[in-house]
Amino acid sequence: MKNVKNIAVHICLFALALIWIFPVIWLILSSFKDGSELFTYPLTILPEHFTLANYATAWEQFDLMLYTGNTAFITIVATVITVIMSSMCGYALAKYSYRWLNLLFLCLLATTMLPTEVIMSPSFTVLNALGLYNSLWGCIIPTVGTMTGVFLMRQFFMSVPNELMESARIDGATEGQIFTRIMFPICRPQIAILAIFSFQWRWNDYIWPLLALSDPKKYTLQLALRTLSGAEAVNWTVLLSTAVLTMIPILIVFIIFNKQIMNANMSSGVKG
Amino acid sequence: MKKMNKAAAANRGKRFDTRQAWAFAFCLPNILFFLIFFVAPAIVGVWYSLTNYNGFKRMDFVGLSNYLRLFQDSDFYRTLWRTFLYSIVSVPIGYVASLGFGLLLSSERIKGITILRILIYWPILLSTIMVGLTWRWIFGESFGLINFLLESAGLPQIHWATDSTAAFITTIIAGTWSGCGTNMLIFIGALKQISTELVEAATLDGANKWQVFWNITIPHLKPVSFMVIILSIISSFKVFAMVQTLTNGGPGTATTYMIQYIYTTGFTKNQVGYASAASMVLFVILLILSFVQTKISDKQSD
Repeated sequence: MKNVKNIAVHICLFALALIWIFPVIWLILSSFKDGSELFTYPLTILPEHFTLANYATAWEQFDLMLYTGNTAFITIVATVITVIMSSMCGYALAKYSYRWLNLLFLCLLATTMLPTEVIMSPSFTVLNALGLYNSLWGCIIPTVGTMTGVFLMRQFFMSVPNELMESARIDGATEGQIFTRIMFPICRPQIAILAIFSFQWRWNDYIWPLLALSDPKKYTLQLALRTLSGAEAVNWTVLLSTAVLTMIPILIVFIIFNKQIMNANMSSGVKG
Repeated sequence: MKKMNKAAAANRGKRFDTRQAWAFAFCLPNILFFLIFFVAPAIVGVWYSLTNYNGFKRMDFVGLSNYLRLFQDSDFYRTLWRTFLYSIVSVPIGYVASLGFGLLLSSERIKGITILRILIYWPILLSTIMVGLTWRWIFGESFGLINFLLESAGLPQIHWATDSTAAFITTIIAGTWSGCGTNMLIFIGALKQISTELVEAATLDGANKWQVFWNITIPHLKPVSFMVIILSIISSFKVFAMVQTLTNGGPGTATTYMIQYIYTTGFTKNQVGYASAASMVLFVILLILSFVQTKISDKQSD
């Protein structure tokens, strides 16, 4: 009797999870249907005539390689800078005690209250003044200082014992050496987590590319998706397959690192 | 002896300074970033809101007239009210859904628990545009899955794109769906910290599951719940690209929320000054929310 109940609970939970994620599955399945099948009732769950034609069309009509390249460049460079900046600042906030550091921490906290979305026009002005308009760097530089990143690294460094620094100081190491030779290497797991999150934020970023890029040759995948979906007559066949393709890199990263991502979320509740 | 002490003190003072210099150097990139991409836009935003800047050369100081106009603009009030409504409806639903998933999926005894969590978490991996796109495809009026199911069940189809209430509902569903995963994991993390002894003791004393839930679980989740709700409210005020893709703010302006309103006013209609005044109002709202958050979390930690 208990077994039956147990199995029933499992079936219910899996059914619930599948319904929850069904919209995405539906999108993926639809991308393999041919154009006429997409728009005629009755709909079927599985494609009746499985086809890759939509992907071929998307590939021909759009410079997907170019957009992917742009997005990958932004994602990788921004992630590297984010990790370095956040660990330096997080280290300083955790391991030194000066009054101005408390003030800095408060200032950084304040940034979460005024998201870029709220001040898009002024942000654009600043971007333009720095000469970053219509450059891929315009999607990188404005995003690298993230409060979440600093906070994540600060939390980690607070758990590192101070004796480690003290003994290195007695051995004559400078503060810079302590950071680069001891502290930075031991926070590798935390850096991995921040890098994964940063990868996701930048790959999926829309606001900064929207503000910074005007030349279609510099578009990111998200901007390309937006252009496709914002058209007067939406070309769903191309849109569906492009959408599925843009998801793949994030999915790969997630499949590899799902444990770390979920644990980090459970312990701190990281938000983009 | 005294001399040595003095020397040591001087030495310490000097070391102290280099240490502080290093600390400053570590923070410098973030300090510069803070000044350039936070303080500068904030100041520029306040300045713009006091001018009639239109995105080109023309810029005259007009004092508070943008604000005066804004407070008499029924369009602005409607947008603000819609955004509030979106927040008021989507935040509680999202809270209940993520807490529900958290409670359901917190037990490690369930087989395949990781897969279940991954499935619920998956929408978090989608970009805001992908979320809008996914639901737009589901809610398509003459080709979408939902209307097909309604038709198959013999029910009338719903005009998701042309009926304003229906369009509002689609934004609520998509918004709730896309934010649930992270909050669920936060709840699971918090639920793991409830001491099993406490629960066992309560059970021994004759408490049933319901009583344990109300008297142990819910109080324990209070601080986390509070954080989740505030973060959800802030992100509901920030909703933009998802709705832009899903309904494009329509039909008419039925689902145009604050950020899209600011974006359209500033970049499409070129009324940068006016849009900046609206930005400042939104900023004040977010500021009040954050203030409430700090006040209440201070109270809780006392």
